Amino acid sequence: MLAILTPLMRVIEIPMTFLEKRLGMKNPAWLFLLPNLLLFGIFALLPVALNLAYAVTGSDAILLADRPYVGGDNFSALLQCDSYLDPNSCKDDLFWRAVHNTLLFVVLQVGLMVTFSLCTALILNRDIRARGFFRAVFFFPVLLSPVVVALIWKWILQREGILNAWIDGMGWQTFNWLLDRNWAFGWSVFLSIWAHMGFYTLILLAGLQAIPRDVYEAAKMDRATPWRAFRRITLPLLMPTMLVVLVLATIKGVQTFEEVYAFTGGGPGTATTMIIQYIYETGFAGAPRLFGPASAASLLLAAVLVVLTVVQLWLNRNNVDG
Amino acid sequence: MANVISFLTRTRGIGKLHWTDWLTYGYLFLGVLLMFLPVIWLGLSSFKTEAELERFPPRIIPMQQETIIVEGYDEPLPLYEIVSGEFEGETLAQIRRVGLVAQMIRPDNPDERLKVDINDRQAIEKFALATENYSELFDRFNFFKFFWNSVFITSVATMIMLTVNSMAAFALSKYQFTGRMVVLGLVIGTLMIPQTVVLVPLFLITKELNMADSLWGVIIPGAATPTGVFLLRQYMLTIPDEILDAARMDKASEWKIFWRIIVPLSAPAIAVLAILAIMWRWNDFLWPLIVLSSNDNFTLQLALNSFQGEMNTQWSNLLAMTMLVLLPIACVFVFLQKYIATGIASTGGK
Repeated sequence: MLAILTPLMRVIEIPMTFLEKRLGMKNPAWLFLLPNLLLFGIFALLPVALNLAYAVTGSDAILLADRPYVGGDNFSALLQCDSYLDPNSCKDDLFWRAVHNTLLFVVLQVGLMVTFSLCTALILNRDIRARGFFRAVFFFPVLLSPVVVALIWKWILQREGILNAWIDGMGWQTFNWLLDRNWAFGWSVFLSIWAHMGFYTLILLAGLQAIPRDVYEAAKMDRATPWRAFRRITLPLLMPTMLVVLVLATIKGVQTFEEVYAFTGGGPGTATTMIIQYIYETGFAGAPRLFGPASAASLLLAAVLVVLTVVQLWLNRNNVDG
Repeated sequence: MANVISFLTRTRGIGKLHWTDWLTYGYLFLGVLLMFLPVIWLGLSSFKTEAELERFPPRIIPMQQETIIVEGYDEPLPLYEIVSGEFEGETLAQIRRVGLVAQMIRPDNPDERLKVDINDRQAIEKFALATENYSELFDRFNFFKFFWNSVFITSVATMIMLTVNSMAAFALSKYQFTGRMVVLGLVIGTLMIPQTVVLVPLFLITKELNMADSLWGVIIPGAATPTGVFLLRQYMLTIPDEILDAARMDKASEWKIFWRIIVPLSAPAIAVLAILAIMWRWNDFLWPLIVLSSNDNFTLQLALNSFQGEMNTQWSNLLAMTMLVLLPIACVFVFLQKYIATGIASTGGK
């Protein structure tokens, strides 16, 4: 690995030593920081500032100078709604449809996924044979790319796929899963759980293994039943890890796009269109490219994410201290 | 064999399996099925011919009809066994099918045409892998181009990211300077802003820098990940400062200290970050989707996604391509499973 980097390092060495000598710096920290900060500045901090600028300007022009200031129009257009419970009553109904879909998706996906991850972690934490193998089995879909995951399940669920063949073999009526709004949504949730469960299982397993064994031995001495030990020891001691997992899963869930987009394309209709897909289609895929609404929508999303991340960092800190 | 059985039936205590053990292994068995079978099914399907793929209900093993080359016919003719009727028990080759009647010949006597009811014949099939699904990808679909784009982006982006991130981590862990907390704060701040929420301005900056629809537009913006800086900094903090002081006594330049001491000592952390970076880039989809617009610049993931949207794409090629996109990551996983797991668990990201 390092061997590959060697020529690159040689190249950087020349200007670095030159600058170091030339500037006579005792403390060349900024020299080392410079490339990273440059990239950060241009591709992470500047976009945040620009996002604000684009959100308050209109038209489909790219250059900021060509875009007229429209104030909060983009936001009010997004937020204008007779009833937030009914996307059809909104001015931008696709946005609210996407918000509804994403919320439902997050609730279902996070809830089910954390439950299954917890079960799996508890089972993997038992005294079982070949634990490494089983852990790897549950973990490996995490590495698959979203497009691959989507295609694997599309192939299984297609009209003449293996699932329908099995249903047919049982004598039941076959079904075109991805053309039905509810089923397409349900399968999207399933596929997303399938792909990401291993990651959370791993974190929960680490949390479980951090619980000292002697606590359980003490409980055994006191003749506590396994169920009681689970409720009184495992659950409370695992709580911090559980919270981290919940928040992390929610942060990722809100940003769901790739696998669902490759799986259903957001359809049928708008049944599986998520917020990120709305941003992508409004800002990039459609013509004209509406950068204003897309930026406004991503700012609203960012607000949610910042709150969630602050909660996450705060939870992590508690973890470290305690 | 006896060893295997005794291995599999060993229990934690002496005697029989407790009912909770049954439950445990049942759950794990179901898990293995649910996680592995879809991928195995994909692998098996990718070796089937298009005709076989359209078969309903599908068969598990890839099969192909046997064919025979008969003099006077350009194409190999499919072979059938006749199960009833006039020619029962014979093996015939089919020339064409007209409605319910098939025109067939005996392979050793190609001149005499026989008329056979299609219900009387049964295809002779053998196990065969349709490797043309794969070879066609290279002939017809420009697969190498996509593969090269993916490899280029993955390797260059990983190298840039490792260099830049380890330099920054070195500065943040081994130097005391004014503004250090500010920089650290900025790094934490960027952790909070995932790429997904700055897509619009990020794309416009990339476009202004003339990197839209170029591989560099995918490589550069993703290079400064806060996660990488964090991971490396935490590790470098554990390297004792005395080593650095000793090197300074020997008049080593700061760059030499970084390159000859810090980098080799943090090799484990750098390796973990390298694996993560390779995975991120290889699987990356949304950002390339936005930046790259011309077909020639597509990465494997984009090509795969755009293929499945095209009406004339056949499942046989699509499945083969999915397998080829999946394989490199699967290989990496088999060899580096442990590092990947620890890496992901310690950064909390993937």
